[in-house]
Amino acid sequence: MTASDRSGLAAGPVPARREMPGQARPAGAPAPGRARKTVSLYGLTFSLPMLLWQMIFFLAPLLFLVALSFWSVRNFRMEPDFNPDNWSRMLGRSVFWEAYLRTLLLSATAAIVTSAVAFPASYAIAFKLSETARRWAIFLMVIPFFTSYLVRVYSWQIFLSDNGIINALLAKIGLGPFPMLNSNFGTMVGYLTLCLPLVILLQLFSLIFVDRTLVEAAHNLRCGRLRTVFEVVVPAARVGLTIAALFCFILTFGDFVSPLYLGGGDPPTLSILITDTTKSGQQWPRAAVVALVMIATLLVIAFAAVRFAYKERGR
Amino acid sequence: MSDLSSSSGTRRHFLKGATALAGGVLATPFLNRRAFAQPVELTMLAWYGHAEPDVVAAFEAEHNVKFKPKYYTGGDNMLGLIAQSPPGTFDVILSDAEYVQQLNAAGYIEELDPADYPFGEYFPEFQQFPGHWQDGKLFSVLTRFGFLGVAYNTDAITEKEASTYNVYWSEKLTGKVGHFDWHLPNLGQISLLQGNASPYDIDEDAWEAVQEKMMTLRPQIGGFFDYGGTFSSLQSGQMLAMAGIGDWITGTLERNGAKVRSVIPEEGGLQWTESFSIGKGSAKADLAKKWIQYITSAQGQVKSATMAAYPALIPNKAGWELLSKEDPAEAKRQGMLLDDPSNAVEMIRQGRIKYRQLPFQQSLEDWNDFWSDYKGA
Repeated sequence: MTASDRSGLAAGPVPARREMPGQARPAGAPAPGRARKTVSLYGLTFSLPMLLWQMIFFLAPLLFLVALSFWSVRNFRMEPDFNPDNWSRMLGRSVFWEAYLRTLLLSATAAIVTSAVAFPASYAIAFKLSETARRWAIFLMVIPFFTSYLVRVYSWQIFLSDNGIINALLAKIGLGPFPMLNSNFGTMVGYLTLCLPLVILLQLFSLIFVDRTLVEAAHNLRCGRLRTVFEVVVPAARVGLTIAALFCFILTFGDFVSPLYLGGGDPPTLSILITDTTKSGQQWPRAAVVALVMIATLLVIAFAAVRFAYKERGR
Repeated sequence: MSDLSSSSGTRRHFLKGATALAGGVLATPFLNRRAFAQPVELTMLAWYGHAEPDVVAAFEAEHNVKFKPKYYTGGDNMLGLIAQSPPGTFDVILSDAEYVQQLNAAGYIEELDPADYPFGEYFPEFQQFPGHWQDGKLFSVLTRFGFLGVAYNTDAITEKEASTYNVYWSEKLTGKVGHFDWHLPNLGQISLLQGNASPYDIDEDAWEAVQEKMMTLRPQIGGFFDYGGTFSSLQSGQMLAMAGIGDWITGTLERNGAKVRSVIPEEGGLQWTESFSIGKGSAKADLAKKWIQYITSAQGQVKSATMAAYPALIPNKAGWELLSKEDPAEAKRQGMLLDDPSNAVEMIRQGRIKYRQLPFQQSLEDWNDFWSDYKGA
């Protein structure tokens, strides 16, 4: 196939290339100006709703949040202002940075633990189950979302409390009671409740599309099963696995329910710090500072994760 | 002929009847409109429970009113909601007493006429409640109150053990003491333990001492709970003692069979107080006034004392008398029997109870910042 053949294949809805002077346009291809117009309309039709959505529901509120972080509160009433005190006061407090590091650590742990727990399940569903069984497994993964997350977390209290079901069962074999509720362990159980089904699904949709011939080739070359998983399957599904872990991190980083109702709010995460800040003195501007730091952190981590996911092999 | 006249008479009667029926049918919408007029909507800003059917149903039926509640958690939240709403949004406002002055200073509530309310039936202590009057003018009417002390699990701790705030430091309660997540009652209790006669009016040295003492409690703490979390952790026995609350939570649990109680310790207890005001710019101020008259009457006070969401003491002496007739067990449980020498009002008269207030010598921000530091420690 020549270079001109390849350029001919690229004609159509693909954005128009700059043509070299004197280069012949393939037969039937639209004139450059016309092509640009068609592509522009086509692109606009499909990208405008998303663009508008992002402008209205992300960019505009984000800009408002930035402005809000400089407002003042007088007599429980917010007033537009340019007051940098909110930033210096919040960022100057050790309690903020302790909560920040704690939240970061908890979310990173949740992303690693959830991914590790989810992978064997998603691998088994993708590689070991029949088509029908796989469909049922996907359906079962969706079912938890039928019930409110708050209700699921509340029901965990019955299992995890000192006098709860798990400790009662352990007592029958002479163990416990183990303190599980109002601890980091409780928070982690809540995070798994929130993320595990979603992470399994995301991992699964990535593993399903791993080229089976690569696995067969590895086996033919006498690569062991475990080594095949880690050196063939995982790298091939890297994008999906990374995005699944990233979703887990994002969801848990801002979660308020599990740290409060299973972690006992002790010690507080950033989301609890936000509610504490708004509850007393209506300090929404200071809460906005915390929220903006959280958004900035998530943006950095999301960019890093996506970059890692799409990194070319060997680089 | 007779047949004809009979027939004619029948026709006349028929026409008469038909006319009357048609008139009746045509008038029905007007009759219906009077008999089944749309209820008037009355907006109420309050803690949860105040506009629930067990409290408001009788008033709603009598005055053809439908309450539209907006519930809040905490005085700051209440002030924020009012500040962010147009004037006249809330017809009736229930607030904790310490916030009435701020409501008044911000111009959020209407002046009231004392003659409209049954202050003559109130115990003298509650007739001129601090903060509710400004330059001889009334702005809010006290409707209920309660005491905050040591809330404890009766299986784990005896009443004698719970009769001091020092029980929070007991070894057998390590990791089993919870906090109701609000700095005012918790810090107020530690201030009382430190021997401050006015727990919220303390100088810098005393404030430092309160903070130091509070920090020593941190290893004992098993969690910080909101309203729902406080209920569930006490009910399940996950927490065996709870700081910052009183009978308003344990009373509800106790009525439902949980083994929890509250006691006023020897260092003294705190009093929370709730009062009704009429929102500035309310278009239904007359109806709002009728509601406050109802809920502060003996009949309304009984409803308030036995509110399903959380019980409370009532300031109306006639209310105490009616409660002891209608629900003597609850009157006894809450300490509202007039012939009981250790009843709730006697405790106040003995000086064992201090009002929960905003800090006098420090800013609310200072107290809140310390609370955040304490939680994160």
